[in-house]
Amino acid sequence: MYPRHRFTKRLLIAALLMLSILKVSAQAADNIIKTDSNSFFLWIFAALIIIPMLLIIGKLYVDFKQQLKVNNEWKKEGTNTKFSQYLKNFDRAQVHAFVSLKKKKCNGNCKANSGCSNDKKSTIILALLLFFGQNIFAQGTKENKALSSQPGIIITIVLMLIPILLAVIFALAKANNAIKNYANTKKSKEADSFAEYLQNVDDTALQQEFIEKDNLPVYNLTHNELSGTEKPEDSKGLLSNISDKHETHFTAAKRRATIRPTLDADITKLILWYFGCAAFWLVLGTGIGEYLGIKFVAPDTDHISWLSFGRLRPVHTNIVFWGWASLAMIGLGYYVVPTVSNAKIYSIKFGWVALACTNIMVIAGSLALMNGINNGGGEFREYIWPIMAFFAVALILTFINFFLTVAKRTTKEIYISNWFILSALLFTIIVALTAYLPFWQDGIGETIVQGYFMHSGVGMWFTLYVVGLLYYFIPQQINKPIYAYSLGILAFWTQIIFYTVIGTHHFVFSAIPWWLQTVAIIGSAGMIIPVVAATINFTMTFKGHWNKITNSYTLPFFFVAVIYYFLVSMQGTVEAFKFTNLLWHFTDFTVAHAHAGFYGIITFALWGGIYAIVPRLTGKEPPQHLVGAHFWIAFIGLIFYVVPLSIGATLRGLMWMDSKPFIDSVVVMFQYWVWRAIGGSLMFISHVIFAYNFYKMVTKEIEPIDVKNEAWKKLQTQESALQTTI
Amino acid sequence: MEKTTDSGISIADNYLIKNYPQKMNIFNDHKKLYTIAGLLFLSLTYVTVIMPAFHNQNNNAPLPGSVALSGDALAGKSVYVAEGCVGCHSQQVRNIEMDKVFGSRPGMPADYANLKRMNIWQNTATVMGTERTGPDLTNVAERQSSKDWHLMHLFNPRSVMPQSIMPSYEWLFEIKDSASKNDMVVNVPATFLNGRKGKVVAKRAAIELLAYLLTLKQTPLPDGTKPMEFLYKTTPKAVVAGAAGATVNGQTLYTANCQSCHQPSGEGMKGAFPPLKGSPIVNGDNLELYVDIIMNGYDARAEYGVMAAVGTNMNFTENDVAALINYERTSWGNAGKKVTPEEIKKIMDFVKIKASGK
Repeated sequence: MYPRHRFTKRLLIAALLMLSILKVSAQAADNIIKTDSNSFFLWIFAALIIIPMLLIIGKLYVDFKQQLKVNNEWKKEGTNTKFSQYLKNFDRAQVHAFVSLKKKKCNGNCKANSGCSNDKKSTIILALLLFFGQNIFAQGTKENKALSSQPGIIITIVLMLIPILLAVIFALAKANNAIKNYANTKKSKEADSFAEYLQNVDDTALQQEFIEKDNLPVYNLTHNELSGTEKPEDSKGLLSNISDKHETHFTAAKRRATIRPTLDADITKLILWYFGCAAFWLVLGTGIGEYLGIKFVAPDTDHISWLSFGRLRPVHTNIVFWGWASLAMIGLGYYVVPTVSNAKIYSIKFGWVALACTNIMVIAGSLALMNGINNGGGEFREYIWPIMAFFAVALILTFINFFLTVAKRTTKEIYISNWFILSALLFTIIVALTAYLPFWQDGIGETIVQGYFMHSGVGMWFTLYVVGLLYYFIPQQINKPIYAYSLGILAFWTQIIFYTVIGTHHFVFSAIPWWLQTVAIIGSAGMIIPVVAATINFTMTFKGHWNKITNSYTLPFFFVAVIYYFLVSMQGTVEAFKFTNLLWHFTDFTVAHAHAGFYGIITFALWGGIYAIVPRLTGKEPPQHLVGAHFWIAFIGLIFYVVPLSIGATLRGLMWMDSKPFIDSVVVMFQYWVWRAIGGSLMFISHVIFAYNFYKMVTKEIEPIDVKNEAWKKLQTQESALQTTI
Repeated sequence: MEKTTDSGISIADNYLIKNYPQKMNIFNDHKKLYTIAGLLFLSLTYVTVIMPAFHNQNNNAPLPGSVALSGDALAGKSVYVAEGCVGCHSQQVRNIEMDKVFGSRPGMPADYANLKRMNIWQNTATVMGTERTGPDLTNVAERQSSKDWHLMHLFNPRSVMPQSIMPSYEWLFEIKDSASKNDMVVNVPATFLNGRKGKVVAKRAAIELLAYLLTLKQTPLPDGTKPMEFLYKTTPKAVVAGAAGATVNGQTLYTANCQSCHQPSGEGMKGAFPPLKGSPIVNGDNLELYVDIIMNGYDARAEYGVMAAVGTNMNFTENDVAALINYERTSWGNAGKKVTPEEIKKIMDFVKIKASGK
């Protein structure tokens, strides 16, 4: 429809290639905007949410069936056949125990302690619930056939389906557990009667048979015919993570987490709650982000005020900032700060209050923004002050808590992680106050503060804190000390000096004072010092241990974070220069840069940290192949997001510099926005996997009772109880 | 440093403490470390943020010609902030040549000096923005003064700009069976109503937002004050090429300045913007009227909206106007006589005098 502009000559060959591949989708672009096929994208979005849920439901349902089948088969057998089965299957130890039991001729009143529950009822109720849940679901899908092209209808259906499907998942999980519990109570009762039976059985033939059995010689191999009886010894403590399981290597097996002394239950619970909330906000926040990405290519997806782009955009950015990253960071802080101080945390209560405050802030802030209550439109400063005040409370409480923990440390030095982490908290309190106090916010003053806030919010809170976490996790996961303290000291002070002054580089060539812009550009160049210092420090710590990356499921996350820290920070320096401001400022290049930084550095580091410490807290590891899937889908998704968007933004900047009509630059971007939506979808999928992995690390599974063992256990407790009464 | 050897400090540590009593002190003393870091950060914050912010707030006065927002326009700015328009639209003309399309002079602190805190809950909103997914709006009222266009565009941007990706703001409108006298009716093409029947009427918020958008003009500088210069000038192409008019692309000018109303097809929109396809003015011989409309706008026909002084606002040269006329006269089946920049130059001088005499 519009002539494609001939900027390609100016671009790299790579960009050219990309362009030609995407040409086809660009042709479709104009049509998609004009016609009603917007609903197509909406259905894809709906499928992204619903398909994983349906898969979970399917898996749960199969489990449920399996469990029912096993239980029914077990129930069908009569008590006598079962008992004789158990008797037949006694192992030698149990045979011997039986014989000695009969020899003792117990006369005591061996009454079984009985536990009754009405789990049957709850199972029925849950089954009913399940039925209705599926019923509603079925109706929902039938309805949308007729109206499937109406965006409002699609959204309503999706919104309705989400809680319904969640309820189905919840009900199925509960039903599964109820069945297991029900089976276990039955088995436990049976164990009681079996124990009683063993106690009272007076069948001399049987006893004779068992005595004979007991007297039979033992023909078992000793299992040390080849190795001898000398036990292997590791007096130097060189071996760890010994596994004698041999599995088919579908994926490369990674080192398992080292078992550590367990933390107190109360702080474990606190940290897991921080992570749980963070995971929830990550899935929700990026789900919204994904929807926003789709709106770029299908702007008529919906016409609902509280789902409109302008209102949802800050909802997305604020949720991932405060809900996901900040909560995950503080949660990791509750592990790292006391650990490197070798002291207990000062107060658990402060942690809970800060967690509640942050959650309240994100919930209230999101609802306010969707209702059109916005502080003034400044990026990341969209929450009004009464809502942001909750976060200020959370920050102050966390700082006091960490500071008092450091104060009672038992190590002499303050480990470098704690410089960064506590300073980040302290500086962010100052940043938030500077940004929200009203005294210097009129006219252009607001813009000066805005530049400082949005930049320091990123660099003084997220980057500083996460670099602090990396100073703990990288040496700890590689199992060697950090390369150089001196580089850490250099990076720390230069980061403060340079980073603080560069906020206004977001407003180069604008009406704010020229000297301030110059300081910002020079400061941006100065950032090379702390970034290079920290990168050298981390990579030199890796040096000689690169093979550990392939053997670990946490180190790849940290490695990506380090590489992106270097790349994205350098890119930020370059973006502050004057010419690059002509080319890239106001384009999606900034969006690509922000995602590369916030995702590549912050989010990857946080995932690494969570995968590193949750297994220590719960003793359960995530499924390794799913951690791998999470890593790769997120990584590839990020590249699909960043690279096309940067190329498209460069083209757009060139068009603007050439004074081409603005609308033509919108048309050019279309294909790159499609790629961004694809990358965003991959990222979102990886977050669902992450949430599942987290769930696997924290959930407790119900183990089925082994009747024989249970019966003997019961007998033993009865006997010991008898002995104590005697 | 109160601890001494009796408290189990190793010999090496003891050596360090004795020989470097002050050097490493700060790294082992949490109070000192965090106080120094905090004060350094605070002082840098003061020097590069709080002090300049204060200074600029107190030492910039609004331009003599500027008017502070009031009434509907002020309420409209709240709608602008609530809907998050700043996420895609900046309001700043940078002092570089490429921003010239968005304003006739670079922005300056005085342009923002009128802005104060909105209310006790909400901060000042300079809405300068950091993203241009959509065009800059500093001077949008000069570029596009048609109320009909803005309302249609708000109801569904695709109704006037087929390639636009801006969200539709349907909820700022209601669909009524019959409109009363005071209602502001919007002529939305039936395809954008998705089968709904009735009149599209602007709600209060839409009227307020419209009022705000129509105040977005750069305040002229007081007489005799020279504006800041645009940097990174591109060499004027006409001079390089030598041949006048040859290098100016009429289609590009049309796309950038005319198409949002008159449409890519040149057919305009019924009840809002007149067609150029087959237009007697475009194809006829009255060049003076044609150039006058391009340069100074038009409001002679009741059935259509008012046209802004597009040519004057965008500083069209005779080369631009000639290229535009030639494009319009040779497109969409039009067959008017081609013009030269020299002809146009004379007429432009004439209509300029006429316009200033009005």
